[in-house]
Amino acid sequence: MKSRSLLSLILLLCTGSLFAQSLPPYNPVTEERLQNPEESNWLMYRGTYDSHGYSPLDQIDTSNVEDLVPVWSFSTGLREGHQAPPIVNDGYMYVTTPQNHILAINARTGDLIWRYVRYLPDDLQQFHPTNRGVALFGDRVYMATVDAFLVSLDALTGEVIWEVAVEDYYNGYYMTMAPLIADGKVMVGVSGGELGIRGFVAAFDVLTGEEAWKTYTIPAPGEPGSESWPGDTWKTGGVPVWLTGSYDPEYNIAYWGTGNGGPWMGDTRPGDNLYSSSVIALDVATGELTSHHQYHWNDSWDWDEVSAPLLIDYERNGETVNGMVHPGRNGYLWFLEREEDAINFVEADAYVYQDVFTSIDPVTGRPEYDMTKKPGTGYEASFCPSLWGGKDWPPAAFNPESRLMFIPANDNVCSTMVGEEVQYSPGRSYMGRGTSENGGFFVRPGTDHVGELQAWNVDTGERAWTTTFESQNWGPVLSTGGDLVFMGGTNDRYFRAFDSNTGETLWEQRTNSGITGVPVTYTLDGKQYVAVQSGWGVDAQREQNLLNMAKGENHYVPQGGVIWVFALPDE
Amino acid sequence: MKDSEDKVGGVVENTPVNRKGAKTVPRRALFKMGLVTGVAVPMATLGSAALGQPPNRARPQQGDFLVFEEGPHQGEVVRPELLELEQKPVSALARDPETDTLRDGSRLNRIMITLIDNEKMSERYRSNAAEGVIAYSAICTHTGCDVINWDAGLLRMACPCHESQFDIYNGGNVVGGPAPRPLAMLPLEVVDGEVKVAAAFRGRVGFTQQF
Repeated sequence: MKSRSLLSLILLLCTGSLFAQSLPPYNPVTEERLQNPEESNWLMYRGTYDSHGYSPLDQIDTSNVEDLVPVWSFSTGLREGHQAPPIVNDGYMYVTTPQNHILAINARTGDLIWRYVRYLPDDLQQFHPTNRGVALFGDRVYMATVDAFLVSLDALTGEVIWEVAVEDYYNGYYMTMAPLIADGKVMVGVSGGELGIRGFVAAFDVLTGEEAWKTYTIPAPGEPGSESWPGDTWKTGGVPVWLTGSYDPEYNIAYWGTGNGGPWMGDTRPGDNLYSSSVIALDVATGELTSHHQYHWNDSWDWDEVSAPLLIDYERNGETVNGMVHPGRNGYLWFLEREEDAINFVEADAYVYQDVFTSIDPVTGRPEYDMTKKPGTGYEASFCPSLWGGKDWPPAAFNPESRLMFIPANDNVCSTMVGEEVQYSPGRSYMGRGTSENGGFFVRPGTDHVGELQAWNVDTGERAWTTTFESQNWGPVLSTGGDLVFMGGTNDRYFRAFDSNTGETLWEQRTNSGITGVPVTYTLDGKQYVAVQSGWGVDAQREQNLLNMAKGENHYVPQGGVIWVFALPDE
Repeated sequence: MKDSEDKVGGVVENTPVNRKGAKTVPRRALFKMGLVTGVAVPMATLGSAALGQPPNRARPQQGDFLVFEEGPHQGEVVRPELLELEQKPVSALARDPETDTLRDGSRLNRIMITLIDNEKMSERYRSNAAEGVIAYSAICTHTGCDVINWDAGLLRMACPCHESQFDIYNGGNVVGGPAPRPLAMLPLEVVDGEVKVAAAFRGRVGFTQQF
């Protein structure tokens, strides 16, 4: 890595100032690079296959972060949720936006190289107008689209090399995740749990786009687990997969989080509803579902568990567990063990106020419920955390040096829901949620905050610190070797750096909009940068609407996307 | 493949595709090939059939019946007495009276109907109502979701996706949430006791993509 930077420098010096700002040769992305990404780059959604959201870069640290300043910014010209990380490969930056634009940018200068604009069908409906980024392989860029296509483009020109229809958007399928590339395949999952889809993960040949396999998250009759779906409910039972999975190259297994069943009320589909609200392990070679763990059964709270678990080895009882950790939308922090063909429960505890689970089976991890807290068709119930859970999609991060895991949490907000009968019609709303007072949302009386950034020691299973925010928190987390945690997420538009050992705020920058983008860090010519998109929208704004209603306020968060890049001043 | 004229200032535009994934030829290319001509066609012949669009996909046309798409009267032609005052809007579709074709070929054709107190209707939009029956496009102008929720207290249509709210007594104007434009309104009339479409949608149906 260092030698490559040196080489770039040499080339720059040789070619002289005339070409000082010209683009370097494109460095093709190989499987080896994806498995061991250079710390100078940010090649995938969470930086590394284990989803740590961690970079060992330490030029920017607790002692100097207060000097961080903007280097350049770039307006996307679009509204709604800008959630994608800027993906960086040796000077080339790729950023996706709502409506499936891709911006290819010279990371040194902030100049646009090319822009891909997708023309979306007029009759498309976008429950979640966002996109969470590209994947890179070879000299190509890959994006999953909101009209359910997978697109492969030339990284240098933006030319479309191929695109395939993953499913028919007209039947409610759409995609917002960054694809996962491994073992010669590009993998995507589908959104549409609100629209009566049958969820799946599909893999395509990374070069040709030919479908390699497609594994449904709901078993068909006769398949294992099918007994957990009565009648024809399996055909329209939801269970989407809308966030990028984690990947273990040794096992060649990808771990995906799955969504809740549909319609939302569990009494419309009595049974455990495998593999809803679970982590599933898929053999990347074949697509075979080799193991799973269901976090909670027969969901009635819209608690989908789509965040992929972080692959973390941790200590328990003096031994190292080949593990994974998942801060659940259901408000519990799950410690699991993984084997080549099994996922074992280790322990789980609430990390926010949760009033639904009455116990967790110490062996299987299966929760029991307070059934008065479980809404049903014609039965209204209130429950905490809210339908957005203790943590929604914004990814947690991990620092392998300090052994701390950082969770962007929301506490003290709760939901009220009631189910109403709903008929399936292709592509139409299939949630079956009735109307409740105040939008079915409330703040727990006597509490003083909603948003939290929590740090947990994975080896002790204990919380190290919590920093609180009056605002809700929709901020993805970046962890760095400089003992820093970067996160936005609050409705005051700030992007912040925290001391990762104490939670103290060390630096903050107010931006154009609220930040729900995934922050990244990388180096150019040996200098460290931090980049993030600011662009509020989607569920962060929906929660703002409901908080305004609950508090009688009218807090306004402006929309519009901007890419921000920060660095320390040159000495 | 892109030709050089498709690149403007480093901007690459993609090739539109149809729903099955097959690439279609950009309209601009058709112009270049001389296939799109400026030949004038008398407006009277420019019906949906002339454009090759299946009649079930065409937007509601003047003279169409309205038919309940849900509820106790599903499948019946809408008549004012079948609706209750300020009830939660129900889904309806237009039906071609000549061919009995139900215009169900596009989700953009879905409309929501209810019965209002004509006196409370903003004067500007009153002529779009027929004996109190009003119809709005079901498609939200924000991101195209179906506006199927109802605030019975405030008499507002509401979108389940992002909480946009629309005032039924003021032409579907936006009164909450991110929607940038009112819902399109479908003018109605009553002929022999039955509700019919009086004119094409007032306003654009659906969302407008940003570029």
